[in-house]
Amino acid sequence: MRREGSALHGLGVVTLKELADHFTSARVIVLQMLVVLIAVATIYVATEQIKDTTAEDQFLFLKLFTTSREPLPSFVAFLSFLVPLIAIGLGFDAVNGEHNRRTLSRILAQPIYRDALLFGKFLAGVYTLAISLIVLWLLVIGLGLIRLGIPPNTEEMARALIFLLVSIAYAGVWLALALLFSIIFRSAATAALVTLGLWLFLSLIWPTLAPLVAVSLAPTTDEETLILAAQYLSRLSPGTMFGEVVLAILNPSTRSLGPIYLSQLQGAVMGAPLPLTESLMIAWPQIVGLIAGSILLFVVGYVVFQRQEVRA
Amino acid sequence: MSGNVIEAQNLTKRYDGATVVKGVSFAVEQGEIFGLLGPNGAGKTTTILMLLGLSDISDGTARVLGHDPEREPLAVKRRVGYLPDQVGFYDNLSAADNLRYIGRLIGLEAEEREDKIAASLAHVGLAEVADHRVHTFSRGMRQRLGLAEILLKDAEIAILDEPTSGLDPHATLELLDIIRDLKHKRGVTVLLSSHLLDRVQSVCDRVALFSAGNIVLLGTVAELGRQVLGGGFNVEVEAIGTGLAERLRTIPGVGKVEAAGPNRVRLLADRDVRSEAAAAVVAAGGKLLRLSVEEPSLEAIYTNYFHIAAHQDGGRYAA
Repeated sequence: MRREGSALHGLGVVTLKELADHFTSARVIVLQMLVVLIAVATIYVATEQIKDTTAEDQFLFLKLFTTSREPLPSFVAFLSFLVPLIAIGLGFDAVNGEHNRRTLSRILAQPIYRDALLFGKFLAGVYTLAISLIVLWLLVIGLGLIRLGIPPNTEEMARALIFLLVSIAYAGVWLALALLFSIIFRSAATAALVTLGLWLFLSLIWPTLAPLVAVSLAPTTDEETLILAAQYLSRLSPGTMFGEVVLAILNPSTRSLGPIYLSQLQGAVMGAPLPLTESLMIAWPQIVGLIAGSILLFVVGYVVFQRQEVRA
Repeated sequence: MSGNVIEAQNLTKRYDGATVVKGVSFAVEQGEIFGLLGPNGAGKTTTILMLLGLSDISDGTARVLGHDPEREPLAVKRRVGYLPDQVGFYDNLSAADNLRYIGRLIGLEAEEREDKIAASLAHVGLAEVADHRVHTFSRGMRQRLGLAEILLKDAEIAILDEPTSGLDPHATLELLDIIRDLKHKRGVTVLLSSHLLDRVQSVCDRVALFSAGNIVLLGTVAELGRQVLGGGFNVEVEAIGTGLAERLRTIPGVGKVEAAGPNRVRLLADRDVRSEAAAAVVAAGGKLLRLSVEEPSLEAIYTNYFHIAAHQDGGRYAA
């Protein structure tokens, strides 16, 4: 059955309204301040460490993102932990909040489809995250310039830019997940707890659990198969995928994200950096995986939302 | 323009295996105030949601202003205003900002939008609090803001779900006044649902009585009165004297005489028998203290109907 009119009619209005809500909400401001504080701290520590230890490096500037010094982890590690938190903070009450405020039926009685409402909410979340991450990225680059005193070269900038885009995709996965749970659970608290629980499980427990699961499931004792199986399983966690992409992009000497066979090392110059396109090729499946993951989660949420009854 | 603006034919809604609305049919004429009455859970809100295209129709057809709400929901929603049960607003935004969002969704241009927002807020008496955040609003103010939204939309049909529930008597009267205005000043057709009968009676031209997913009665309040209460006129006589009840029973048209308190009897009649009753009391040498006639009230129709229905049910189970 065909419906009349565009499904996306009113999308812009919904997106702008949600965006305004995000940027004026105390929740988002607190989360962003937290991120900025952490960014400043980690970059300060990283630059100290770089000054102390590194003599010469073709990609000195990229080390800004990945260098850590006890007790603080690197900027990238912090980001992979905090981005989900912000995304969940933006999304966990997106739809059930409308239910609980009893605004949903009033909004849907206006000449728009549900599609526009849900997609608008998702887009507003992605824009908010993108704006925050871009600002953060510029802040880090700026701090790095001041503290290190050397400008990044073109390839470093290109790699840093890819890193930024991948961070946004990574945030999108968590946003779509939070949005999905905000559709499924009528209570915002339940949705938040379930999403946070899943986040903790996938980020902290799953990476260590995956090898055990692989051993118990795989009908083989072949070491190689088990390692590969464990790696595939661990990639169910967006955090793992993000970590792998970051490794390949920000560390140009990364040659493979899986096990490396001796035959592959023949003729290789150890420690020599790969060109950008090669690094991108290595990380490509993971990048696509992150984007596909957010689309998939959004579609599941979309289907559930379309079938949901409006009345509470 | 006249004729039917809402037509429901055998409208049915099933979910989770239960049939919530069991094939209701009714039509609402242009310019009338039509009431959907019935206890909570009788299927009123579900019927409304189906008419608005907010809930899928399991069976039957609906036409709102000539559009099919399932296939052309945008056309329906563009011309119909909806005030949901316990309407909610964005509490962190002001009244005007809430309306601005709706105005943008409808697609009003900035200038027209601002003019209409100011006018509709003034119409419902919220002009002074236009820039106050909605979280400071009372329930009555929220309902009025909901009506302002319908005015902003220039809706041809206003669908109001339980507009007066939870309001104090004063706020209820104010709201009903605005609803009457919708009809008389703007020619808006109003479809409202309620379980508060006496209030609804005062505004509705016609009502449909819902019970367990069916429309069991439909018509004007007077028609329903005749249908359910039989006689329809309730004349109360307060008088001092002896043998009055017997005397009153002989008046033509009086079906039943029952005691309604000390020195008080109630006559159930098929017409207004006040003058005959007065004459009868005086003729019997009694002292007439008070004489009143009660028009058929929805309350009486409603309780009577469900009373009868319950009895029939009880009888069936007993058999």
